[in-house]
Amino acid sequence: MKPVHLVMLALGLVGAQCATAEGFVIRGATVHTASAKGTLKNTDVLVLGGVIVAVGADASAPNATVIDARGKELTPGLFGGLTDIGLEEIAAESETVDSTLNQKSPAWEQQWRPELDVTAAFNPRSIIVPVERVEGVTWTVLAPNAGDSIIEGQGSAVTLDGRYDAALPGSRSLFVQMGAAGARESGGTRAAEYMLLEQAIHEAHAQGPIGQGALLHAAGRDALYRYLMGGRVVFQVDRASDIREVAAFAERNGIKPVILGGDEAWLVARELAKANVPVILNPLNDLPLDFDRLAASLENAARLQRAGVRIAFSSGDTAQARLVRQLAGNAVAHGLPWEAALAAITSTPADIFGVGATHGRIAVGQAADLVLWNGDPLEVSTLADKVWIAGRPVEMKSRQTELRDRYVEKVKAHQAR
Amino acid sequence: MNATSRVALLFSTALMVSGAFAADPFPSTYQVPVNPPVLIQGATVLTGSGERLDGADILIANGRIQSIGKGLAPPADATIIDAHGKWVTPGIIDIHSHLGVYASPAVKGLDDGNEATSPVTSNVWAEHSVWPQDPGFETALEGGVTTMEILPGSANLIGGRSVIVKNVQAVTYQGMKFPGAAYGLKMACGENPKRVYGGKNQAPSTRMGNVAGYRQAFADAQDYQQQWDKYNRELATYNKKKAEQAEKSEQTDGTAKKSKDKDAAADKELTPPSPPKRDLKLETLAEVMKGNIRVQMHCYRSDEMATMLDVAAEFGFKITAFHHAVEAYKIADRLAEKNVCAAMWADWWGFKMEAYDGVQENLAIVDYPEHSCAIVHSDSADGIQRLNQEAAKAMAHGQRVGLTVPPERAIRWLTYNPAKSLGLEDRIGTLEPGKGADVVIWNGNPFSVYALAEQVFIDGALTFDRAHPKITPRSDFLLGRHIAESPL
Repeated sequence: MKPVHLVMLALGLVGAQCATAEGFVIRGATVHTASAKGTLKNTDVLVLGGVIVAVGADASAPNATVIDARGKELTPGLFGGLTDIGLEEIAAESETVDSTLNQKSPAWEQQWRPELDVTAAFNPRSIIVPVERVEGVTWTVLAPNAGDSIIEGQGSAVTLDGRYDAALPGSRSLFVQMGAAGARESGGTRAAEYMLLEQAIHEAHAQGPIGQGALLHAAGRDALYRYLMGGRVVFQVDRASDIREVAAFAERNGIKPVILGGDEAWLVARELAKANVPVILNPLNDLPLDFDRLAASLENAARLQRAGVRIAFSSGDTAQARLVRQLAGNAVAHGLPWEAALAAITSTPADIFGVGATHGRIAVGQAADLVLWNGDPLEVSTLADKVWIAGRPVEMKSRQTELRDRYVEKVKAHQAR
Repeated sequence: MNATSRVALLFSTALMVSGAFAADPFPSTYQVPVNPPVLIQGATVLTGSGERLDGADILIANGRIQSIGKGLAPPADATIIDAHGKWVTPGIIDIHSHLGVYASPAVKGLDDGNEATSPVTSNVWAEHSVWPQDPGFETALEGGVTTMEILPGSANLIGGRSVIVKNVQAVTYQGMKFPGAAYGLKMACGENPKRVYGGKNQAPSTRMGNVAGYRQAFADAQDYQQQWDKYNRELATYNKKKAEQAEKSEQTDGTAKKSKDKDAAADKELTPPSPPKRDLKLETLAEVMKGNIRVQMHCYRSDEMATMLDVAAEFGFKITAFHHAVEAYKIADRLAEKNVCAAMWADWWGFKMEAYDGVQENLAIVDYPEHSCAIVHSDSADGIQRLNQEAAKAMAHGQRVGLTVPPERAIRWLTYNPAKSLGLEDRIGTLEPGKGADVVIWNGNPFSVYALAEQVFIDGALTFDRAHPKITPRSDFLLGRHIAESPL
């Protein structure tokens, strides 16, 4: 590797800035980079000013704290999936949920609101944030929930270090509900989803005022228009025929599509690979839960990966975002290569959401979002020992660990009654 | 008589309701299949009785475990399975499943889990909603699940009877029904009943309304039982008198043979009592109070569990297990002292207020006191496929706070303890001679995300074999899919 001071020089991290930065080196870990470099044994990672400045043997800097990580495994901070972390506290208590805009009217009578961005409702002080963070989840993508709209609104990737302005630049995306769920809102046929979307797109392109029956306000037209210029639109859809239709629709309209759900995506894997359309899926989905996913399979992830489709994992479960590792581990048990499974919860979602240059890998120049594990990070019996976000150590506590500590003492004293 | 039919007989005698009703009008038609013996060799065996045996053999014959030990001699016709490097456990038992009643696909036509039309529906029986073609049965089998309790949903205070099934393919649920297993009764605490009925502006709409509802139902059942007791007393008196009369008439037979008119008059005096009308709701609750039906109660919060233990004491019934017991860790000692099981997820939390205090150490904490009964359950067609992983997560979190649970103990969360909560611990749940041969062979330590069940035996019959997919049951529902997926 390059001498560390040269790297630091290259990054402008020498001199005064270096002296004040909270530097540390994680020494001797098995480093899973989630990059083309794969896994590096007995490797050091040097962090200065919240950024990874060196990855290799014998990395060090003056005054940098040394963390002995021999026998442990280091990964990038994990992607929690598409969630409502910070947008909800308790799913069943609607007053605590800010992820959904309910119009309470059929889709063709609605004022469509692509300008809605749920990022504005993000609460970094949510009780859920530390619960996920101590398990190694350092970022998530805020996704509006399917209310009764086809266009659900926009969301962004956010870092979970507790800062208020948490959105990661360049990650804003539009979310669209299609398939059987969207059909319910659009009069009963999924064909109407395309009809109505085409109408909205037509309005977005139109110059001047639009007459009666318009789906979009002026702000909505502006918002949607931006996505028609190569913006990222996440389409929630499972059935193979819908996935193809969405991909073609996106291409016709200048949209960069992402498939969310995709339980039947493996059936059209080659076409998705060819069109470079990524899929965000839950690799545990193997039941024909409805007639949009009769072909659901535990091998969905492995088959997509083999065909060259970029995949990321999401359970969509806010409270249980921490289980992304279990999704990845099970995908490995069902044929996905280990490195690809790690990438599906780190670098690939970062690339999909446009933050791959700064997040999702252990590489020089990346934000120091790091997790040190006491074993194989995809194994259910492994736990996080230490977590850093942007180089800052996460206090390994949450409301749950405080509850635990209170009652573990009681049961050990035979007083839990 | 073999043990199975002995148990069945005992059970049917016990279940004889106050009147002369059939013990089980929907009897099991399941029969233990006939197979040659199987010898599993050289495995790491978690027996479920608390032991770990390395390099052990297991001999299965006639549907039962015959012996466990090193270097067992194979019978002449035995199938031999080389299990060196593999792990063997008892079949996994899930005491909280809605397979078949909330089937896949989750369409309206198959939405049969909650009779949410009245808060007390102890008259409904889950088995009458079970769709044996639910594809979820086979995915659960791939996860090593050999027995499950299928319950009605939790919309109601008292939701109805559960059914215990073996995870075998059958056209009817009777073909899956566990012979001789006692019925369970599903009850529910907390938010679900009050939300469902409060939303209809009906009682209960509060937790105090919930408790009033359980108590009134059992008070009604007490009254019902008293009516039957009174009837039975009157019937006994009648029968006695009738017998006395018959005896008398026999004694006088030779002398007063011709006094037919007199006999008719005496018969008239002896009118048999009329039985009370059967009430299927109260009949089930009366059986609960007699200890013939086991209460399985959905209850998240520790304070509500404590309330329900008092309600049970008031009416003289026992709660066998609290299910979804997210806060069981707060009263672990009390539950162990009362001999009540807690069935838990590893880490579900936060989806509703009563699940807000979930901790990942719940299972390990509940397991800690002496005489505890911690159970991993699923309540989910997904979760049931990976109950071993749920246990593994709980073990890891327990370890971190000094509650170490070794694999040979943790496996009891999935096998012996649920068997005990179903009253079937003498028949399944451990690998011991004489027990039913429900056996899972894993490709490694089952407490790993990478572990897969390779072979699953139910009563000695190979029911799932990862290497031979054709053995695996295929739901009728899934037929034709591959044809539809292949274009011309």
